[in-house]
Amino acid sequence: MAEERVVGIDLGTTNSLVAFMQGDKPVVIPGEDGLNLVPSVVALGAARDGGRPAMLVGNDARHTLLEAPERAIYSVKRLMGRGVEDVAEELKFFPFRLVHDLQPGEVFRVRLGDSEFTPPEISAYILRQLKRNAERYFGAPVTQAVITVPAYFNDAQRQATKDAGRMAGLDVLRLVNEPTAAALAYGLDRNKEGIIAVYDFGGGTFDISILKLHEGIFEVISTNGDTHLGGDDIDNLLIAIALHDIAGETGIDLHHNAEAIQAIRKAVIEAKIVLSSESVARMDIKLPQGGSYQRELTREQLEELIQPVIHRTLAPCRDALRDAHLVPDQIDEVVLVGGSTRIPAVQRLVSDVFELPRRGKQPRTELNPDEVVALGAAVQANILGGGSKATEDMLLLDVTPLSLGIEALGGVVAKIIQRNSTIPASASESFTTGVDGQTNVAIHVLQGEREMAKDCRSLARFDLKGIPPMTAGLPRIEVKFLIDANGILQVSALEQRSGKQAEVAVKPAYGLTDEQVESMILESFDYAEQDIHLRQLVEARNEAATILSAVEKAPSSPAWELLDPPERAEIALLSEKLRVLKDGDDLQALRAGTEALDKATHRFAELMMDAAVSSAIRGQTMQSADDRLGQGPTASHPIARAEFQ
Amino acid sequence: MQTAERVSAPAKCWSCGQEVTNGQPFCSSCGRVQPPRQAGYFDIFDLPQKLNLDVQALEKQFYRYSRKLHPDVHARASQQEQEWSLSQASLLNDAYRTLKNPLERTKYLLKLEGVQFEDERGPGNTNPSKVPADLLEEVFELNMQLEEMRQNQKAGEDDPQLRRDLEAAKDQFAAQLNLLDEQVRSLWSAWDAAWEQNDEAKKTAAKEAMTALLQRRSYLQNLVRDVSETLKES
Repeated sequence: MAEERVVGIDLGTTNSLVAFMQGDKPVVIPGEDGLNLVPSVVALGAARDGGRPAMLVGNDARHTLLEAPERAIYSVKRLMGRGVEDVAEELKFFPFRLVHDLQPGEVFRVRLGDSEFTPPEISAYILRQLKRNAERYFGAPVTQAVITVPAYFNDAQRQATKDAGRMAGLDVLRLVNEPTAAALAYGLDRNKEGIIAVYDFGGGTFDISILKLHEGIFEVISTNGDTHLGGDDIDNLLIAIALHDIAGETGIDLHHNAEAIQAIRKAVIEAKIVLSSESVARMDIKLPQGGSYQRELTREQLEELIQPVIHRTLAPCRDALRDAHLVPDQIDEVVLVGGSTRIPAVQRLVSDVFELPRRGKQPRTELNPDEVVALGAAVQANILGGGSKATEDMLLLDVTPLSLGIEALGGVVAKIIQRNSTIPASASESFTTGVDGQTNVAIHVLQGEREMAKDCRSLARFDLKGIPPMTAGLPRIEVKFLIDANGILQVSALEQRSGKQAEVAVKPAYGLTDEQVESMILESFDYAEQDIHLRQLVEARNEAATILSAVEKAPSSPAWELLDPPERAEIALLSEKLRVLKDGDDLQALRAGTEALDKATHRFAELMMDAAVSSAIRGQTMQSADDRLGQGPTASHPIARAEFQ
Repeated sequence: MQTAERVSAPAKCWSCGQEVTNGQPFCSSCGRVQPPRQAGYFDIFDLPQKLNLDVQALEKQFYRYSRKLHPDVHARASQQEQEWSLSQASLLNDAYRTLKNPLERTKYLLKLEGVQFEDERGPGNTNPSKVPADLLEEVFELNMQLEEMRQNQKAGEDDPQLRRDLEAAKDQFAAQLNLLDEQVRSLWSAWDAAWEQNDEAKKTAAKEAMTALLQRRSYLQNLVRDVSETLKES
């Protein structure tokens, strides 16, 4: 097919994925490292040759996070579309370094090294990595994508995500709500009918959506959630407890020791994961001052600790049922999405709230909770790209999660589009002037359920300009508010008496202007051009480091003894050479050196497989356990003090 | 009889040139989305302006039209068609949302017939001058109780008897709301018959009766909400 492929992207808090429809099946596209999950971590590499520093994404960036935390950032999704006054809570738990003297309402910038970036720019680097992964896989350019967002994302958060796509060189054909995407993947191959609930408890966000599936139409009836509730909160709780314990036992306060916190974070996440299948987990954390913190955690203890966190998902579930005018009995299936739903206590909670056991049902867990959202995005991408046999009857009818209103007299909000309205949705309102000859009218648009404007989220202030001067109250400006299929607001205005299209100047509360986005596209383009060599160099260095560390461990293997002395000498020589090359800038030489060492150790690797299969397997298991920890859906954040520069 | 009222010339499809059924947002021949017109909610579904309505049939038609109009279906069409699709799909969704809900459907039809409802949005819309005469006494007493309740809350006190009284009043007004809904419903057939017969006098009578009921309903609803919110405070 000559037609360009449209990919589906899950831009997650902790991990991101890219997928596409292969025939009638959605599949995840792995990165160069063969892994499906790209950690949502971005780091500024070291500047070389006076050029601009390379941007590292994913596992490469995770190394920087450990070695030079001030040059790396993760969980940036928590900052998308938000203002400085929103994120005070986040800053207690995440080491975001904000640019100083940010004004309320101004778009956030964070510092990596000496450079400043907006959250959409950081996200754009992750998207660009996914784009590259897909292009490498197809051997062809990829410029169109569907990106998923939490269902409960507001207008500003959605716009920020769309801006990120544009900066990454992607035409974002659609933003799809994550639980809805999961429903598409779930309903794809089984011709489902009936009412399903999707319970999506991820790394940073919680969503609940209730859908009606009928003859291929996926109609969302209601949605609810919390954009700041996820596995992160469980991890942060466990870290806080460990820090408290350590302070109590040793008198050492590690709250501001980023490295120690990384170690603790790793240990508690590991324990959390183990406790989803075992009843006891052991933590053994080396302390920087020597000694170690050891503790056994039982599943019962963990469950008791996390009760307050997971119970916060209950109210949104009940609200969603109420808004759908449904009782639990009417929910045919509950689909679990997001890594945090692997926790048995969460599964029990879901069973209880939807009264599943009484009805002889269980939550649906057969889809990989880390991948299902990306797979669903791929299904939607396929539909938008013209469809195929597998998707020809499928159509998604989604809703807006929050009511849209305008500020009326006295700071009251007049709701003009109710939450859970099927999108696209629109409303028209008439405005007039209050003073003779007035040519401007200001409109304040808000999103939220509360009665007063100050309690809702300010979306934007619109200024209607160019109104013909008339007696007060005479002009009639018809303003049309339209929420498009992405859940993003569009506004147009018409002065009825003159029939003139009134000019609408938009001042988004936390968004970037078109001009800003444009300039960021150009800037990142500059980066990309200059980056390519540096990125290749970084990748080659990582590859060299991997093989060198394997060779270092070689003498302890019984297979080492089976090598001839000349073989061992050659390996030692080539290793030494590669060590030197690794610190230089010569990409070709570095690659050649790595290849040479790889060749020289080929026989050793074979011998090792033959001679010590059992120990090799043990090593393998340890290695992959380590990887899993880092990339797990709940992999999380050190607690470090936010730095205001 | 109903079609005789629609006299405007049939439109032609911009793409294939075939006639497009009046008001239909897409072409039956080639399926292309049509430019938006000044269509109302009844028009887009090609329904008469009547209040008794088969909601299941409406849902089926909504699904069928969604497959034709939704922006997803036109993601690869021209910019122009995408804009039309967005506009038509939002009209379809707005129309479906309004028509499937009995109360919203009634209000919408009355607005088409020139009835202007007081702005019901925002709290505190229990203007004393609009109290229906027969409710004056009850509302007066209720407001006294609400005021007392708020005073108690400020002082951090709780009067269980007062609370029970307010709960009871709330339930009683809520029951009246349900009764009103039934009364409105019973007027639907009167309207529909008058519309069929094109009997202006009967139409006006039905319209005015429904408007009066809805205004009373709106007043009661605000009252119930005020009571609920005050009770929730403590």
